[in-house]
Amino acid sequence: MTSRLRVDPTSCRGDGVCAVLLPELVALDEWGYPLLSDRPVPAELQRAARKAAASCPTLALRLVPDGG
Amino acid sequence: MSTATATGSGLRLLPPSPVDLADHVRRHGRQPSAQRVLAEVTDAGLTGRGGGAFPLGRKIAAVLAAPGRPIVVGNGAEGEPASGKDRALLLANPHLVLDGLQLVAAATGADEAHLSVRPDPDVHHRLTGALADRGHAGVDLLPVELTTAAPGFVSGQESALLRQLAGGPALPSYQSERVTLRGLRGRPTLVSNVESLAHLALIARYGADWFRSEGTAREAGTMLATVWPAAGAPFVAEYAIGTPLADVLGPPAVGTSAVLIGGYHGVWLPSGLARTRRLSAGDLRQYGATPGAGVVAELATDRCGVAETARLVEYLAAESVGQCGPCLNGLPRIAGALRALADGTAGSGVLKDLRRWSGLVQGRGACAHPDGSVRLVGSVLSTFEREIALHLRGGCSATDHRPFLPVGGGLAALDRRPLLPPAAVRGRRSA
Repeated sequence: MTSRLRVDPTSCRGDGVCAVLLPELVALDEWGYPLLSDRPVPAELQRAARKAAASCPTLALRLVPDGG
Repeated sequence: MSTATATGSGLRLLPPSPVDLADHVRRHGRQPSAQRVLAEVTDAGLTGRGGGAFPLGRKIAAVLAAPGRPIVVGNGAEGEPASGKDRALLLANPHLVLDGLQLVAAATGADEAHLSVRPDPDVHHRLTGALADRGHAGVDLLPVELTTAAPGFVSGQESALLRQLAGGPALPSYQSERVTLRGLRGRPTLVSNVESLAHLALIARYGADWFRSEGTAREAGTMLATVWPAAGAPFVAEYAIGTPLADVLGPPAVGTSAVLIGGYHGVWLPSGLARTRRLSAGDLRQYGATPGAGVVAELATDRCGVAETARLVEYLAAESVGQCGPCLNGLPRIAGALRALADGTAGSGVLKDLRRWSGLVQGRGACAHPDGSVRLVGSVLSTFEREIALHLRGGCSATDHRPFLPVGGGLAALDRRPLLPPAAVRGRRSA
């Protein structure tokens, strides 16, 4: 099953950890908030994506299965 | 002031004078059975009148399909300062709304009903009295919990309303599930605008075919609108969906430049274009506009659309509750850039900044506020292109610099204007 990155904008503080751990799929806007790639997380980045989600200081970043 | 209509079929929601329970029962009879409410409302094609235009039948069906005992909530929070239609309806015809609330409660099997109204003493007083009258008469199966919505532009957004009812702050939340599945206290929750409930109460009595006898084939029925003519007092009136905007606005008494459609989350269209279009989502979609909750305002030529919008966007930025980074950071910058543009102090990069920031805000909040706000900004950039070019050279074509639409203390602004006593309610003008 494919999954995508989602962020809860009310929890995100713009710490930017996600962009450091997962630069392939996360860029930061000019205020430091994440701009997420909307494509499914490719298999080779699954581990990094899970780590980025788990490392978010406010747990705002989520890996959401498609259709879930 | 006339309440006659072009079709002679009579007003649906707005009576010529305020209606008490006895008048209401005399006119419409007792509350009908809720048995066929879902079928009739679905056949009628009734959509939400709070701005979202979601089919009410589908909402009821979703709540019915969800596990758990449902809760119903009537939403009369009406946080938009330029909108007065829910207030006018609640003051003039509260029993139609309360019938609708009881009917959706019965149709969904809800055992809890709430009505949230704007922080307005007149509305609160009127509803308290109406509920007491119904209590004495024993017409309601379910007691209704009356709540005053928190002031603020976003406090009427569904998730904010439910957080307030749950005892929390009236702030929108980021939802992964629809409230029809898991809403107030985790229970399936039907939140419906008060005008939608009033339409439902009539559909339950007179049926889907009757409802469809007004409006267009795709958008049935009538809708309430708050109209701000370029000259003269604003008013609330009921229109068949599809009524020409030229009829809604009336013959222009002064020169006009643009029409704001759909309120502060809506769009400006040039007057010449808007006056050829109709009050319907289908007819406005190609211009990126929708009637929303029915705010229609026309700007006089002697006022500045850039300055007016800068004022509205400053208000919208201040109304961001600051939960989401892009909205918190983006809206004040956008407002500042528009203000500089209005004041003739903007640098040459201002339009590029406005477009970039709008793009960064779009789609990145928990509620509709950031997207709606940048929709308004996008429309000012296209509709007032010539005025903007003039401002970039330090000019401004306006001669009347007074504010037009109300911001902040919206209620105070409404009170200062002769808006919305039921006696000032106008008759529907049909297409």
